Amino acid sequence: MDPIAGLSLGFANALSVTNLGWALLGCFLGTAVGVLPGIGPALTIALLLPITFQVNATGAFILFCGVFYGAMYGGSTTSILLNTPGESGSIITALEGAKMARNGRAGPALATAAIGSFVAGTIGTLGISFLGPIVVELALHLGPAEYFSLMLLCFVTVSAVLGGSALRGLASLFFGLLLGLIGIDLQTGQPRLTFGIPELLDGVNVVLVAVALFAVGETLYLAWRYVEGSQEVRPVGRIMLSRSDLKRSIGPWFRGALLGFPFGVLPAGGTEMPTMLSYYAERKLVKPEYAKEFGTTGAIEGVAGPEAANNAAAAGVLVPMLTLGLPTSATAAIMLSAFQSYGINPGPLLFQQQADLVWTLIASLYVANIMLVVLNLPLVGLWARILKIPQPQLYAGILVFATIGTYGISNSVTDLVLLYGIGIIAMFMRRFDFPTAPVVIGMILGPMAEQAMRQALTISQGDWTTFVTRPISLVILLLALLALAGPRLYGFCTRRGSGHTRDADAIDM
Amino acid sequence: MTRGMLARRGLPATVAALAAAVAGAARAEPRLASLFLFIPANPGGGWDALGRAIEQVARPAGLVGRVQFENLAGAGGTVGLPRFVATRRGRADSLIVAGTAMVGASLINRSPLGPQDLPPVARLTGEAGVVVVPADSPFRDIGQLAAALRTDPGSVAVAGAGGGTLDHIILGLMLRALGRRAAEARFVAFPGGGPSQAAVLGSQVQAAISGWGEFAEQVRSGRVRALATTGERRLDPAVPSLREAGIDVVATNWRGVLAAPGIRPEARAALAALMTELHALPAWRTLLAERGWDDAFLTGADFEAFLERDRAQTATVLKELGLA
Repeated sequence: MDPIAGLSLGFANALSVTNLGWALLGCFLGTAVGVLPGIGPALTIALLLPITFQVNATGAFILFCGVFYGAMYGGSTTSILLNTPGESGSIITALEGAKMARNGRAGPALATAAIGSFVAGTIGTLGISFLGPIVVELALHLGPAEYFSLMLLCFVTVSAVLGGSALRGLASLFFGLLLGLIGIDLQTGQPRLTFGIPELLDGVNVVLVAVALFAVGETLYLAWRYVEGSQEVRPVGRIMLSRSDLKRSIGPWFRGALLGFPFGVLPAGGTEMPTMLSYYAERKLVKPEYAKEFGTTGAIEGVAGPEAANNAAAAGVLVPMLTLGLPTSATAAIMLSAFQSYGINPGPLLFQQQADLVWTLIASLYVANIMLVVLNLPLVGLWARILKIPQPQLYAGILVFATIGTYGISNSVTDLVLLYGIGIIAMFMRRFDFPTAPVVIGMILGPMAEQAMRQALTISQGDWTTFVTRPISLVILLLALLALAGPRLYGFCTRRGSGHTRDADAIDM
Repeated sequence: MTRGMLARRGLPATVAALAAAVAGAARAEPRLASLFLFIPANPGGGWDALGRAIEQVARPAGLVGRVQFENLAGAGGTVGLPRFVATRRGRADSLIVAGTAMVGASLINRSPLGPQDLPPVARLTGEAGVVVVPADSPFRDIGQLAAALRTDPGSVAVAGAGGGTLDHIILGLMLRALGRRAAEARFVAFPGGGPSQAAVLGSQVQAAISGWGEFAEQVRSGRVRALATTGERRLDPAVPSLREAGIDVVATNWRGVLAAPGIRPEARAALAALMTELHALPAWRTLLAERGWDDAFLTGADFEAFLERDRAQTATVLKELGLA
C-alpha cells in the first residue's frame, strides 16, 4: 500500500469518535507522566498493558502512541519551569529553558517548546509515513564503530557547556563518566562500582542525576546562601512568543527536527544525542547579538532546537519497530509485547499484514500531535504562573516534587540517598563554580561510547583502525574534528583579519 | 533513552495490582483465596507476562480468588529476590516468577541469595534459542558455522543480549561441545534483543544467538537465516536442533514459579497442585499457543533435578568465561 492510500485509510479509522477519545486520553496521560520526573512513557504503557485484554488493538495502540508523544511534550514543562527534567530527552532543554524562566521568559520558553514539539512531531511523523523503510535500511549500515564516532561527535557538545574554566568543566565531565560506570557492565555482565548494593546493579538513573544536579542542588544552594529580606516574586512576563522570538525559533525547530529524526531511527540512537548536537549547533549558529544570552539569561534557540530534536527523535524511534519489528527503545519493546498479546507478531511484514492497524496508528500520531499542541499552548499561561509563588515556597515545592517523583518510581531508599547525596555535591559545585551540565552529558555518553567502542573492537578483533577504515565512521570523526576545531580556527582567522585592519588603521593615523 | 534502555526501575505495588482489580463473578470457594505473585522484573517483559497470564487463566477458572502483584525489577531478578524472601518468608500464598536469567545473574553477581534457595514449585514455559546468520552470510548451514568455530572461534563475531546471559552461555556451550574453550568466544553484547537483531540484519556481526521468538519473524521474512535451534526438538521443520547437528547442547530459556522459603511441605504441595491444575486447563493451552510459548511443564522432583542441572551447567560455562 502506498503511503497516500495508507494514510487516507488510516485517517478514516483514526477519526472515529472512539479513537479520538483514546487519542485524547493518551495525550492527557502522556503529558501528565512527562511532567513527573522518573515515570516515563515506557513504564506508563507497561502499566496500561492489561487494557489489551479489554480493548481492541487499534484503540489500545492509539492510546499508547498518545502517551508516548504526550510524554515528549510534557517532559519539557518541568525542565523549563522547575529545572527538573521529566525525561532524559528533555535534560538539555533545561539548560536554557530554566534560565529563561528565571529571567521572566517562562512563557516564550514553554511556547517555543510546545510549538517546536508540534513542528518536529509532524516532521517526524511525515518521516515515518514516507521515509521510514528507506531510512531504516540505511540505519542498519551503521555498526558499533560508527556509533562510537557519533558519540565522540556528541562529546564535542561538552565544550559548549564547560563554563569559565575548562579544568572545572572537565572535572565535572569526569564525575559524570564515573557515575555512568556504576552498574553491570553489558559486555561481561560483571558489576562495577556497586559496593555490594543490589540497587546499584542496574546503574544510576540519569534523570535522577539530572534532577539532583539541577533542582536539588540549586534548591540547597539557595537555602544555604539565602539572604532574608530579598523577597522578590519573579516576573512572569509575556506569555506568547513575540515576533522576534518566533523568528529566532523557526530555524532551530527545523534544524532540530531534521537532526532528531534520523537519530531516533538508529537502533542505538535514542533521543539524547540529537538534543546535545542541536544545542551545540544552535549555540554556534546563533546571531552574534543573542550569543551572550546563552548560559546567562537563557537563549530561546537553546530551547527550540533541543526540544524539536527530542520530539523528532521520539517519532523516529517508532520506525524500526513498525518497519522491522525491532524494539530499539524501552517504549518500543513494551509496544511490541502489546502487539503479541493481540496475537500479532511484529516483524518485517507488519506493514503488509497489518496495514490497517499500522496506518491507523500513524494517522493517530498526526492527530495526537495536533491535540497536544492545542492542549499545551493554553496551559502555558497557567504553568508560567507557578513562578509567581514566592521563592522559598517555590523551591520547597520543587524539593518535595523531586523527592516524591524519585521515590514514587522505584520505592527505593537508595535512590533517595543518591538524589540528596548528588544534590549536596551539586550544591558545592554551584558554590565553587563547577558547571553541572557536563556531568549529565558525561553520564549519558560515557557508557554508550564505552560499549560501542568495545563492541567495535570485539568485531574488529582488537584492530583500532576500524574507526578510520570504515568510511562512514571516518566521515563522522572528521566532522567531530571540524566541530571542535572549526569555530576556534574561524575565530582565530577573523580575529587576525580584524587585527590587520586595526593595524592598517594605526598606520593610517 | 539508552541508559535505562529497558526501563529497569521498580514501581509501586499499589499500581502493579492494577490487573488484579477487575473482579470476576464471585465463584464458590476458589482453591486458594488469594495469591501473591512477585515479579522481579518490570511490567512488559517475559516474567511479567507469565505472571499476568497465570492470573488471567487461574482466576476465571476459580483456582484462585484474588491475585496481588508486586514488581521490583533489576539485575536479572537478583534485586527483587531478597525483597521477596524478606517480606514473604513462610507465606503459603506467595510465588515468585523466576527463570534462566535469574540463575545466571545470581552466579555472576555472587548474590547471597539465588533461585536455589527457594522451594521450586513448577516450570511452566520454555523458549529455545536460535542461531542465526545474515541472509547474505557464507554460512549456509550449522555445519559450516561449526567448522569455522572449531578451527578459529575468534573469526566469528556473535551478537547476543548482554554478557553472561543465556545467549552468551549457549555460545560457550557450543564451543565446549566443539572441543574449544568457552573463553575463546568472540561475543558482542548488545543491550537487548532489538539492537542485537539490528546488528545481524545489518551484517555488522557474522552470527547472533537469541530467543526463537525474537527472530522468528525475521527468519520467516528471509532477512536472516536460522541455522539451528537450541531446544530438545525442532521448532521449525526446516531448522535442525543443535543436537541433531551433532553439537550436544540443549539450553532453553525457562520460566516458572518458586515459593517463599520456610513454607510447610503441604503448602508447597498445594501450590504445585494448583499449577498442575492450571496447566491442565484448556484456557492455558490456548494462551500458550496465542503467545507462542512452549509448554515446558515440570514439577516436583523432576523440576528440582532440572534446576540443579541448569545451575551446574550455567556455573561451568560462566566460570570458564571468567564471569563467575
